[in-house]
Amino acid sequence: MIDMTVVELSRWQFAATAMYHFIFVPLTIGLSVMMAIMESVYVMTGRDVWRKATLFWGTLFGVNFAMGVATGIVMEFQFGMNWSYYSHYVGDVFGAPLAIEGLMAFFLEATFIGLFFFGWDRLSKVGHLAVTWLVALGANFSALWILIANGWMQNPVGAKFNPDTMRMEVTDFVAVLFNPVAQAKFVHTVSAGYVCGAVFIFAVSCFFLVRGKHVELAKRSMVVAASFGLASALSVVVLGDESGYIATEHQKMKIAAMEASYHTEPAPAPWTIFALPGADGGAPSFSIQVPWVGGLITTRSLNEELPGIDELVEHAQTRIRSGMIAYDALQAIRADGSNAEARAVFDEHWADLGYGLLLKRYREDVGNATDQEIAQAAADTVPGVWPLFWTFRIMMGLGFFFIGFFALWFYRASRGWLETNKPLLWFSFFLLPLPWIAIESGWFIAEFGRQPWVVEGVLPTFYAASGLHFWDLVISLGFFVTLYSILFVVMIFLMVKIIKAGPQDKLFTSADDDEDFVVAGLPATPANKELGS
Amino acid sequence: MSTIPLDYETLRLVWWLLLGVLLIGFAVMGGRDLGVGALLPFAARTDAERRVLLNLVGPTWEGNQVWLVLGGGAIFAAFPPLYAVSFSGFYLAMIVILLALILRPVGFKFRGKVKDARWRAVWDWALFVGGFVPSLILGVAVGNVLLGAPFHLDDSMRAFYTGNFFMLLMPFALLCGLVSLGMMVTQGAAVIAGRTTGPLAARARTYGTIAGLATIVLFALGGLWIAFGIDGYAITSPVDGNAAINPLAKSVDLVRGGWLANYGLYPWMIAAPVLGFAGLAGAVIGLQARLRLPTLLASSLAIFGIVSTAGLSLFPFLLPSSTVPEASLTLWDASSSQLTLFVMLLVTCFFLPIILAYTAFVFRVMRGTVSTQSLEKNPNAY
Repeated sequence: MIDMTVVELSRWQFAATAMYHFIFVPLTIGLSVMMAIMESVYVMTGRDVWRKATLFWGTLFGVNFAMGVATGIVMEFQFGMNWSYYSHYVGDVFGAPLAIEGLMAFFLEATFIGLFFFGWDRLSKVGHLAVTWLVALGANFSALWILIANGWMQNPVGAKFNPDTMRMEVTDFVAVLFNPVAQAKFVHTVSAGYVCGAVFIFAVSCFFLVRGKHVELAKRSMVVAASFGLASALSVVVLGDESGYIATEHQKMKIAAMEASYHTEPAPAPWTIFALPGADGGAPSFSIQVPWVGGLITTRSLNEELPGIDELVEHAQTRIRSGMIAYDALQAIRADGSNAEARAVFDEHWADLGYGLLLKRYREDVGNATDQEIAQAAADTVPGVWPLFWTFRIMMGLGFFFIGFFALWFYRASRGWLETNKPLLWFSFFLLPLPWIAIESGWFIAEFGRQPWVVEGVLPTFYAASGLHFWDLVISLGFFVTLYSILFVVMIFLMVKIIKAGPQDKLFTSADDDEDFVVAGLPATPANKELGS
Repeated sequence: MSTIPLDYETLRLVWWLLLGVLLIGFAVMGGRDLGVGALLPFAARTDAERRVLLNLVGPTWEGNQVWLVLGGGAIFAAFPPLYAVSFSGFYLAMIVILLALILRPVGFKFRGKVKDARWRAVWDWALFVGGFVPSLILGVAVGNVLLGAPFHLDDSMRAFYTGNFFMLLMPFALLCGLVSLGMMVTQGAAVIAGRTTGPLAARARTYGTIAGLATIVLFALGGLWIAFGIDGYAITSPVDGNAAINPLAKSVDLVRGGWLANYGLYPWMIAAPVLGFAGLAGAVIGLQARLRLPTLLASSLAIFGIVSTAGLSLFPFLLPSSTVPEASLTLWDASSSQLTLFVMLLVTCFFLPIILAYTAFVFRVMRGTVSTQSLEKNPNAY
């Protein structure tokens, strides 16, 4: 039997390391593109303030990128470390996009990032601009391949279970690549990264304006951030809706849970703005609903029904029973590879094998499960409704808020009202954490909403974990949490220091700098002479 | 799939070679930076010297590390059972490597940002650990692969590992760790000696010579140990290179000195250990003769020879099982499907030359020695 404590700890570790990694990823994606835009303007206009801006945001980008690299390497290895049965079971499909990510994207990004920082005086203007765009391209391609991998976990197309090798194998690579879920996720996630970068640049610029420092650089950065941010925020919401729409095809349960919709509503379903869970923590006892909107968002129609949780659970029972047949046929094939009858049965039922595996939580011999165990396993297919219901509303609310926020600032920028309203600048500065709240909520919905599956309908999460020991997990989780916490504090300290010091401009001039924060200039000051001796 | 123009057996062999290329790529390219990290507190005594070293490898180290990321990704994509069994089996060792590797990007980036001796001492230490620990543990891991890992598989291909962290620290495995550390340090020293002058280069020559000579002795000792001290594994049932994967379908015997069998079957393979010794000797001579590029080339060839020796000795094994030898993973029974191997081969053939081209370009742009003056100007210098 599987040790559920180890499974739970493995899930916590994955959640912690993945969510922590994704603090840095969206900022890398967003800042890389915005830096490339700013440097393009510099090359086109020759105005020095744009080069200064690229350098300044680049310094903050560098600190963030280092954290992204540090935490990213853990992601690459922990599938095998903590989810070894997953790695075997779907590695034939899932490993490829990860490897291609390295070949096509991360290599590009990581190789040129050195030239971005160190190539200013070794490359022509246009040459350096090309390097910056290549870094941005690498960051964005990276997201594409990771989301193709993740999209496959949400909607496992183009693969079939092979009873002889006991794993999922690719049958159609094009289907894996052009998985509609992956494509929608890519645009949504990358746009969210752009919003994150825009809010970051905007908020820090607001801080400069409030303080009356670096006004020229701040105002220009704000114009770029407001326009880029507005376009990206629109894209996130419009194309976010797209991923909700697609989810209805494959992940009806996730949608039902996000909507706390226990009973199938007659089409077009209403959309719930607010609800309170019932006494048993289940179906809502009180809710405020807008008619029709839910049906429109999720099915794009007025006559298609949105199935409720109860109905989907019933349907899961049917699939579990079919999965039990598949499981028994698989055992027969494993015992005797030439059993043609068993193969025929398996071919008919293989798509439900994953549902049969849900019973592994309750018994080894899946084929002999009792009605009660089947009902239990079917009930397991419901993810945590209320956390999903609320995180979805937080994410959506923030998405719409960003549109309004950037629209307002876009308007103010076009009227030349950037620095006139100090309270508004302060307010905008304090919005800095919001994109991360929205983004982490989004990943929570995607991953927590997929439970109990690690690969939707194919492999239950608990069945995918490595057979590690309790103390292995305690040790690794303890070290990760400690080291990550320390590094987070250090990173914030450095970012604040860099922001307070403002743009440094020693690359092309040799101006002396006697501020206490000096990023370079080692032999120049007495303190450094001391350090150097 | 009949439409795939390469047969399964060939694809498996090609991917085994490609995996070797990626791991050697990491050891040669990443070895530069790991070696410099491990030498940081010794070769560079002052803050100015340390900054010279960090900025020497700083502009290119991130690209070099991708060889490791890609190596991990290639194992996942081409040999999923190997990825699943080895990474979960060596769990705590992997955690140690990861924690050390985490310290590297932040160490490089954060160290120069605050002008405080204690701050910098902390990150010096982090960078040292980030260079020393992975160099050592990766070698220990290879040693454990040669010894065989205590794992078995059930019929559903679920892996069970019955060892623990301290069992990984067997004397032979530690010896392999030292060989790995020694070759990385030699590589790092060759980089430093080739691109700095004065006392920094002099110390690098000294440490590089010591490391190179020590690695020659340790590598020879490893060879003797393999011949007389430990068992090798051999498949005793017929091998079908085109069969669907099933590691449990073969029988395996343990043979004292069995890891040398391949050198009898294919005498050309002896070129690998010879290259290892010759490269190390060449690096030592190059350091003493104050040659720059030839030293680095010799040291890189030494790494190529040493890593190849391990891979060729194991062939066709990827990860032998010490408790249930039949469950050992080989390149014939632990690969991806024929289609995945083929598609990934196409992708690799397309991108690998491009990667090599732009890596060469970046190295060319960043060539030359690092002056303290250039550090002064760049706000992003390490």
